[in-house]
Amino acid sequence: MEFVSCRDVYAETLISLGKENQNIVVLDADLAKSTRTFKFGRVFPERFFDLGVAEQNMIGVAAGLAASGKIAFASSFAMFASGRAWEQIRNTVAYSNLNVKIFVTHGGISVGGDGSSHQSLEDIALMRVLPQMRVIAPLDGYETEKAVRLAAGEPGPFYIRVSREKTPQLTRKEDKFVLGKSCLLRSGTDTAIIAYGLMIPKALEAGEILSKEGISARVINMSSIKPIDEEAVLAAAEETGVIVTAEEHSVIGGMGSAVAELLSEKNPVPVIRVGTLDRFGQSGTAKELFAEYGLLAADIAAAVKKGLSLKNKQ
Amino acid sequence: MTITKEKLQELEKKCNQIRCEVLTMLNRASSGHTGGSLSCIELVVALYYEVMRHNPKVPDWPEKDRFHLSKGHAAPTWYAVLADCGYFSKEELKNLRCLGSILQGHPDMTRTPGVEMTSGSLGQGLSIAAGMALAGKLDRRDSRVYVLLGDGELQEGQIWEAAMSAGHYKLDKLCALIDCNKLQIDGKVAEIINIEPLKEKWRAFNWEVFEVDGHNLEEIIEACNKAGKVKGKPAVIIARTVKGKGVCFMEHVVDFHGVAPTDEECIRALEELQKKG
Repeated sequence: MEFVSCRDVYAETLISLGKENQNIVVLDADLAKSTRTFKFGRVFPERFFDLGVAEQNMIGVAAGLAASGKIAFASSFAMFASGRAWEQIRNTVAYSNLNVKIFVTHGGISVGGDGSSHQSLEDIALMRVLPQMRVIAPLDGYETEKAVRLAAGEPGPFYIRVSREKTPQLTRKEDKFVLGKSCLLRSGTDTAIIAYGLMIPKALEAGEILSKEGISARVINMSSIKPIDEEAVLAAAEETGVIVTAEEHSVIGGMGSAVAELLSEKNPVPVIRVGTLDRFGQSGTAKELFAEYGLLAADIAAAVKKGLSLKNKQ
Repeated sequence: MTITKEKLQELEKKCNQIRCEVLTMLNRASSGHTGGSLSCIELVVALYYEVMRHNPKVPDWPEKDRFHLSKGHAAPTWYAVLADCGYFSKEELKNLRCLGSILQGHPDMTRTPGVEMTSGSLGQGLSIAAGMALAGKLDRRDSRVYVLLGDGELQEGQIWEAAMSAGHYKLDKLCALIDCNKLQIDGKVAEIINIEPLKEKWRAFNWEVFEVDGHNLEEIIEACNKAGKVKGKPAVIIARTVKGKGVCFMEHVVDFHGVAPTDEECIRALEELQKKG
């Protein structure tokens, strides 16, 4: 299996977009080496702005550029872009539907050693709640490239989140990437596991564990978190009757909440959410943290069984 | 280029007219920010009727100068000026703060012709204006960007992030005007959190600093012209103003920050202004 860095793919995509379109500008807040935007800066120094350690100003400057006809990609860690500059994103970018594309890296707990201050477990909730904001968590390199290109071409704000870790290339270059559409990675009839990002490999592994026990699990890659693929979620609920969501995010407010909100109103089947519980992260390796915070394939498999027993009680 | 006496008188009259319209709008809406709307009228009038290049008939003209009201609560003043310039019908002024209106309580670029950027949450406008100036630089445009800040607003940390970056990028097409009316919601700026010494602060952030009487049109226009000639750094005009300017019982009164005039107050205020006009 080929592993790729979504951050590097982001930078490469920005450079090719920059060649195609003079109006692409890129901003960062002193994390250009980590987010990889410095690579764009090397090719297009005039169109790259490192605003220093000042995320709120970065978002404001991006808004001003966007209001003047530019397509502004603003990058930082998920924690600082979504958290520090939330109100700027809400009141200036989203409210005015500006062409600001917030691309964040280091999403989730897999940030590892830096600890809780750098582990964003709330950003999907914070961005999902904003009207006009679209939220995407690309699964791999191909999806990252497609998501960045989609955001560049589609007017209005986007929040695109990738992790620090390299990810397995699980989709194909020729697959279409459509806003509001998920992709089926594993067929199944007894339950559907809906996940995104680094939880996808875990979900696929859970599918294998479950199949050995005679449980057929569908795995859906919900990289388009907002708009969510309602059709796929409703079909999964209808056809399997048990939904498990898995994400590198708090169970409060994330994609799992979006699925639960949808199903509670349209087809209330059991929904079990796998994610970090109501607690902060800590230092550790990504591997250790996935275990400590209940984000392993075994945790997903256990959630499926919990869902199945709930279904049987109904 | 100095302004003629006739033009000056005309602009003074315009300020009086805008004051009457602002008070009428606020009274009709029964809510809004009176004091800070009245304190910045000369600044906005000087920009729209003398300083800025703009054409209401061609709002998308790329070479136009841009204005952003960072102290969004002074929206009534901006709306009255925009309507008077012809960006939209004066009839709309009656609908300030009404459901479905193009005139929201704070500026909304998606609803109001002539409003280039949304505001209302303080402290964000200077960053946005810096972004606009950077875009102008990239496009090699000659147009200038003006942004109006409040003095209480300078307590927001983002203002100084923006000031630092505008100085760093040497944005000499950017001009900030500060409506220093010395009062904020909770009291005197100097007593809540003192922002002085202002001139020294802006100089330290690599800005060219001008200071004017914010109700003296001639001084404002002259400072804007001088600011336009500054090279290699942004300019800031510190305008010393009076909150509630023009209405004797509103001047320097903190309580008129976020309160609209009652019917009786509005009648008294308009009588006073009409005597002057």
